[in-house]
Amino acid sequence: MDRRSFLRKLLSSLALSGGVLGGFLRILPARALETAEPAKTLWGFGVSVDKCIGCARCVVACKTENSVPKEPFFYRTWVERYMIPKTGEAEVTNIHTGLAPDAEVPSKPIFRSFFVPKLCNQCAHPPCVQVCPVGATFSTDDGVVLVNDKTCIGCRYCIQACPYGARYLHPETHTADKCTFCYHRLNRDLLPACVEVCPTQARVIGDMNSAASPMTRFKRMNKIFVLKPNLNTEPKVLYANIDGEVR
Amino acid sequence: MTPAMIEKLRELLPQVTGYIYPNEIEVHWGLLIVVYPYITGIVAGAFILASLVKVFNVKEVQPLYRLALLTALAFLLVAPLSLVSHLGHPFRAYEIFLTPQTSSAMAMFGFVYAWYLMVVLLVEIWFDYRKDMIVWSQQETGLMRHIHRVLSLFSKDVSEEALRFDNKALKVITIVGIPSAFLLHGYVGFIFGSIKANPWWSSVLMPIVFLFSAIVSGIALVILLYMVIYPMMGGKIDMKCVDKGMSFLFYAVIVDFSLEFVDFIHRIYQSEEEIKILGELVMNKIFFSLVIVQVLMGMLFPLAILSAIKIFRQFRESEELRKLLYFVSLILIQGGIFATRWNVVIGGQMFSKSFRGLTTYKMEFGGIEGLLYGLGLLALPLVILAILLKILPAWKEFAQAPRGTEA
Repeated sequence: MDRRSFLRKLLSSLALSGGVLGGFLRILPARALETAEPAKTLWGFGVSVDKCIGCARCVVACKTENSVPKEPFFYRTWVERYMIPKTGEAEVTNIHTGLAPDAEVPSKPIFRSFFVPKLCNQCAHPPCVQVCPVGATFSTDDGVVLVNDKTCIGCRYCIQACPYGARYLHPETHTADKCTFCYHRLNRDLLPACVEVCPTQARVIGDMNSAASPMTRFKRMNKIFVLKPNLNTEPKVLYANIDGEVR
Repeated sequence: MTPAMIEKLRELLPQVTGYIYPNEIEVHWGLLIVVYPYITGIVAGAFILASLVKVFNVKEVQPLYRLALLTALAFLLVAPLSLVSHLGHPFRAYEIFLTPQTSSAMAMFGFVYAWYLMVVLLVEIWFDYRKDMIVWSQQETGLMRHIHRVLSLFSKDVSEEALRFDNKALKVITIVGIPSAFLLHGYVGFIFGSIKANPWWSSVLMPIVFLFSAIVSGIALVILLYMVIYPMMGGKIDMKCVDKGMSFLFYAVIVDFSLEFVDFIHRIYQSEEEIKILGELVMNKIFFSLVIVQVLMGMLFPLAILSAIKIFRQFRESEELRKLLYFVSLILIQGGIFATRWNVVIGGQMFSKSFRGLTTYKMEFGGIEGLLYGLGLLALPLVILAILLKILPAWKEFAQAPRGTEA
C-alpha cells in the first residue's frame, strides 16, 4: 500500500465513522432532553362567557396578527351574540367588525342575552387531522393543531370534518387555515393576540399540566363545559358558564 | 380571482337564513365533487354488470360484457380529473401517493384507484381482448396493426392452452374484481359517511346506499349506451339481452330505494338534535332535486314503468313500445342518480353545523367549478369510450369486417 492510497483510505474511513458518530450525537441529546423534560406543556384555552362584552377586539386583533382576510367570510375567531326571547327560538348573530352590517336588535322582547367567543377547539381527537389525506394538518406535542401550508393540497376535507366551523380555505394561499392559539407567539412567551387585547379577560390561555397557570386556575374556579361533547373530540377550549343554547 | 370570489360570497349573504358559522358561507365541495361519485358509481356499476356474465354466467347479457368493461375504463380514467381540478393546489396532488396519511379515507383513494385500474380493469380487458388483438393485428395493415400489436404486448400465442389460461385468468380477475368494485364505491360512500360532524352524511348506510345507487347507474348507463351505439353501428338490438339487463336494473332500483327509505325512516324516528334543520333543508333547499328528481322521477316513476312491462302482456309483445319505455326509464334513472349525488354532496353543505341556519349554493357557468367544465367532465368519458370502441370493438360481428385499408 503506497502512502497516497493509505491516506485516501484513512481519510474516507474517518469521514465515514465521523458521519456515523455525528448521527448518534444528533440522536442522543434529543433522547436525553426528552427524558429530562419534566411534565410536558399542554396548551388549553378558557373562555368566560359571562365576561365577554362582545366588543370583537379579539376578532380584529386576530385578523391583523394572522393575516386573515378582512372580509366577513374568513375567521380564525369570531363572537356570536345570543338573544333569548321570552318565547320561541334563540336568535343568533355574529358580531361584525365594520365590514358587514351589524344585525339589528330584534323588536320582540329579549329575555336574556350573552356573547360567545368561538375559535378552533384544538381537539385532543381532532377529526381534521384524522381526515387530512397528506398529513398537512397535525397535532403538536403541546396540544395545538396546526396546518402546514407548504404541503396542504387544498382538498377541504378537513373543513368538512370540523364540527365547529373553525376552518376556512384561505383565498390567497388556497390552503386550509384556522386558529393556532397564535403558536408563533406562544413560543416567544407571548399571549395569543385575542387574549392580549381582551379588555375583560374573557379569554385565558395556559399550560393545563402546570400546577399554577391561568388555565389551572380557570378550571378550578369555574363550572366547565366543552362544545359538542357528544362527538368525542375532547376540545381543549373550555367554556365557563355557557348556555345550553350554544352549539 | 380573489375580488371576484369575495363578490360572489357577498351575493350569497342575503340568501343565508337563520344563523350559520361565518366560515360556512362558502360551499366548499361544488359541482366537481358531485360529478366525482357519479362517475365512480358508473365504473363500479358497469363492472358489476360485466361480472354477471363471467361469474354468474348470465348468458343473455353477453352483448353488454365488453361494452361494460370499456365504459368502466373510460369513466375510471376521468374520475380523478374532477378531484384534482377542485384542489386548491392541483400540482400537489401527488403528495397523496408520496405521503399518505393512513387514517384518512381520502388518502386511500389513490391506492384503491390504482388497484382497481391496474389490477382489475386493465388486466381483465387485456385478457379478454388478447386473442382478438392478435388475430386483428394479423389481418390489418397500417397504424391499427401496430396499435393492436403493442396493446397485446406482442403476445402471439393463440393455442388452445393459452386461450384456456385466458379464460381462467378472466374468471379469477372478475372474482377479485367484484369485491374491488364494491370497495371502490363503498369507499367513496365512506368518505362522506365517516364525517361525524355532518349528520346528513354521517351514516353507516352511506357506503351501502352509494354502492347500490352505483350498481343502478352503471347498469342503466351500459344498457342505454348499448341501445344507442349498437343500432348506430348497424346492428339490431338484442331484446333478450336488454330485457334481462332491465330486469337486473329493476331489482337494483328496488334495493336502492328500500335502503334510502330505511335511512329516511330511521332518521325521522330517531329524531335527533339535527332533525329540524334537516327537515328545513329538505323542504326549502333540495325539495326539487330530492323529492321530485331523485325519488319521484328517478325511482318511483321508472319502477312503475318497469313493473307495468312485467305485468301487462301488451308491453311484452311490442318490442318497439318496450324499447321506448326502457329508453325513457333509463334516462330518468340516470337523472335520478345524478340528483342523488347532488343531494348528498351539495345538500350536506347547505345547513350550518350550528343546526341553526341554511346557506345556499350558486353554481357558476364558466370557470373550473362551473357548469361548462362539469358537463365537459361528463362528456369526456363518452369521447374516450368512442376511441376505445374504435380500437377495441365490443362486438365481434362488426370487428370481423375487412378493415385493412383504414388508417
